[in-house]
Amino acid sequence: MTSRIVLLCGSLLIGVSAAGADWRQFRGNDATGVAPEAKLPVKWGVAKKDAEEGDKKAEANEGLGENVAWRVDLEGRGVSGPIVVDGKVIVTSASGFKHDRLHVIAFDAASGREAWHRQFWATGRTFCHPTSSVAAPTPASDGKSIFAFYSSNDLICLDLDGNLKWYRGLGYDYPTAANDVGMAASPLVVGDTVIVQVENKGESFAAGIDTATGETRWRKERDHAMNWSSPAVLKGKTPNEDVVLLQSPSHVSAHKPATGEIVWSYATSCSVIPSALGAGGMVYLPAGGLTALRPSAQPGSQVEVVWKEPKLGPSSPSPVLHDGRLYVINGAPALTCADAESGKVLWRLRLGGKFWATPIIAGGHLYCVNDQGLVRVVELGDAGEVIAENDFGEPILGSPAISDGAIYFRSDKHLWKIGK
Amino acid sequence: MTRPAAIICLSRAAYYNGDRLRRRFFPPQNHALPDEIMKLCQKSIGPLAVAALACLIASPAFGAEKSKAVGDKELAQSLEALLAVKTKGVGNVAASEAWQTVAAAAPNQLTSVLAAMDKADPLAANWIAAAVETIADRQLKQGKLPGDKLEAFVLDTQHAPPARRLAFEWLVQGDKTAADRLTPGFLYDPSPELRRDAVARLIDEADALLKAEQSDKAHKVYDKALSGACDLDQVKKLKAALEKLGEKVDLQRHFGFITHWKLIGPFDNTDEKALDVAYPPEQSIDLAAEYEGKPNDGKPQTVQWIDYATSDDYGVVDLNKALLKANGVTAYAWGEFESPASGAAEVRVGSANAAKIWLNGKLVHTHAVYHSGSNMDQYSAPVELKQGRNTLLVKILQNEQKEDWAQTWDFQLRICDSTGAAIKSETAESGK
Repeated sequence: MTSRIVLLCGSLLIGVSAAGADWRQFRGNDATGVAPEAKLPVKWGVAKKDAEEGDKKAEANEGLGENVAWRVDLEGRGVSGPIVVDGKVIVTSASGFKHDRLHVIAFDAASGREAWHRQFWATGRTFCHPTSSVAAPTPASDGKSIFAFYSSNDLICLDLDGNLKWYRGLGYDYPTAANDVGMAASPLVVGDTVIVQVENKGESFAAGIDTATGETRWRKERDHAMNWSSPAVLKGKTPNEDVVLLQSPSHVSAHKPATGEIVWSYATSCSVIPSALGAGGMVYLPAGGLTALRPSAQPGSQVEVVWKEPKLGPSSPSPVLHDGRLYVINGAPALTCADAESGKVLWRLRLGGKFWATPIIAGGHLYCVNDQGLVRVVELGDAGEVIAENDFGEPILGSPAISDGAIYFRSDKHLWKIGK
Repeated sequence: MTRPAAIICLSRAAYYNGDRLRRRFFPPQNHALPDEIMKLCQKSIGPLAVAALACLIASPAFGAEKSKAVGDKELAQSLEALLAVKTKGVGNVAASEAWQTVAAAAPNQLTSVLAAMDKADPLAANWIAAAVETIADRQLKQGKLPGDKLEAFVLDTQHAPPARRLAFEWLVQGDKTAADRLTPGFLYDPSPELRRDAVARLIDEADALLKAEQSDKAHKVYDKALSGACDLDQVKKLKAALEKLGEKVDLQRHFGFITHWKLIGPFDNTDEKALDVAYPPEQSIDLAAEYEGKPNDGKPQTVQWIDYATSDDYGVVDLNKALLKANGVTAYAWGEFESPASGAAEVRVGSANAAKIWLNGKLVHTHAVYHSGSNMDQYSAPVELKQGRNTLLVKILQNEQKEDWAQTWDFQLRICDSTGAAIKSETAESGK
């Protein structure tokens, strides 16, 4: 028996080392939207007939186009992005006439088979604009648990096997915390705190919830105004120096994730949909176009405005940073590349359609998907060039996820794995 | 089957379907180790090693699934811990531990767990529902889902509607005939979700009859569907179908909108300060009285009650039309509702403006939100109706936003039961 256990333990170590990379929250683990080393297909085939053939064919993975590993049907509606944790792809959705059935569904990343599916009833308000869904926030994970959050402000913690660890009805706790267009801020995990931003005209707040117990570690009043931007993280030199960025219509503030203690605040008129980006000691804030802030690590110190560029104002997608360059999609829509140090615009590339999803970057390519499901793959360099267009033919509003050589897209109806 | 053949089969199964194999040997709550093993096998070792490993882990010595029976007393105590969760996270830690026990319940305990939802608030209901799903998922895979017990539970309307719905959803997964057998009986069910299924089925049936050019039969089935329909989308669909067949559908009456009101205003709401300012209508109702309203262009203005009846299908009272279009103002609407019986009901209101509602002089609803969307049944307040005359006072506040989309100053209000079915006023006016 002992030798068997030794064999298994040894195997386990190898197994862990072979595990693929997770994509644990909106814009990935570091919330930057970049997987620089990932090698992904740039072209794939999603024939319209695939989308029309129904469940059986999808389950058998028959007739799928080139580089489409699998496609599965989804129940209900959702505009949240998928995440990938420990070989499982997690999606959320909401169903029912009142959109009050909340779903968390896990699929095996290798096969696309449903691993488990859990449903709950919303305890907060579930009205939202038809474009959106109660399942608008992208779920988050710390690698051990999943934190599914909804427009109803229900926050559900499940382990990776779908077992409930805790449940918070923040919309039940604070009944006026809602807007009937729909809430959309995705949760963010920093250390052992999951941060949610619930900004609206009613009870408006941000809170840090203990990932292990579901207890509220802190709660801060926020602007009483509608806001859909998500919390972001600015990594410090050590995890203890990480700060959470909370962007509101009137200001952005940085907080210690475990306590909510304010580290600094900067008053300016911010956008209410695209989210701030923290990277390399800088904060790129959708405000006055795009504003680059350099905060000091010292509490109470001033925040330096490094540059402000009106030409870099994003529409709904959040900015992405890679290799010293910023990428934003504006309302034209055009993809603009700028030097992150100076804010100088380097090039523009005209796109078509309307964008909600934040683009992601992998292997020197930027993948951007418009609201009609047309994915353009842009080769990044001294100029941007669209090298491939892939049309899912279905509305896609959530940002894709990257893991282990594959990219995952979800529409209302389907979840696709593109790649090996 | 010979031993080599068994190994080959097992290896294929493991290689192509590792997750299913893992689940065969390890229950969901205890398979972190096998998960890693199966991944390792699929990625690194290959089919033969998988087979060997599968044989190993299946052996009793390795400790394959040890089912832990949950005693009824222990289950009851654990359910109490789930029922004890409160707002703001209170009770979560104890509930988290208790949940593991509840989720390990046996097939014959499933309906006991479901029944605990009868006493649960929405938070506790979700804790219990998650345990029900975990138990039912396990039992379904093991072929042990107790169909008879689930069906009896579904049919017992004394149980909480969410619990019955959950039981139904698992019942139909295990019994493919259950939906056809039971759904027609849900047309007037206390569960809005079960009721919706029954209406949907009748709409499909009527559509098919219409397609087969049996319009008289279709008409009857549409009528029957409408009699149970509460959800707006289904009612709209039925209205369209019935009107094509020559039948007028009175949506005001179907939904129970209050259509006849006495209105007074404007009073001042500059800087959104009037929500808690008790203007005279909040102190007493005197329909003959005149009061000082908000000055108009700096000049004093007297306001008095006026009669107003909305002809809008959905009972919308447009205060910009009924009174004078203005910003930074508040108005009151007063109405009567003749209830056929005393009992629990819901006052449902839709408005893009801040509002307060009193039923029989008691404040039953407040929201301080402006221009954040507007929908039918946007807010719902549980109330107790008196048999006979009930009075409603509604305060609707408009702010001073300048945007075009923020000029709406209106409301709609109806009285219904918990499923959304109208409770119809017995007077010709007010509730019509």
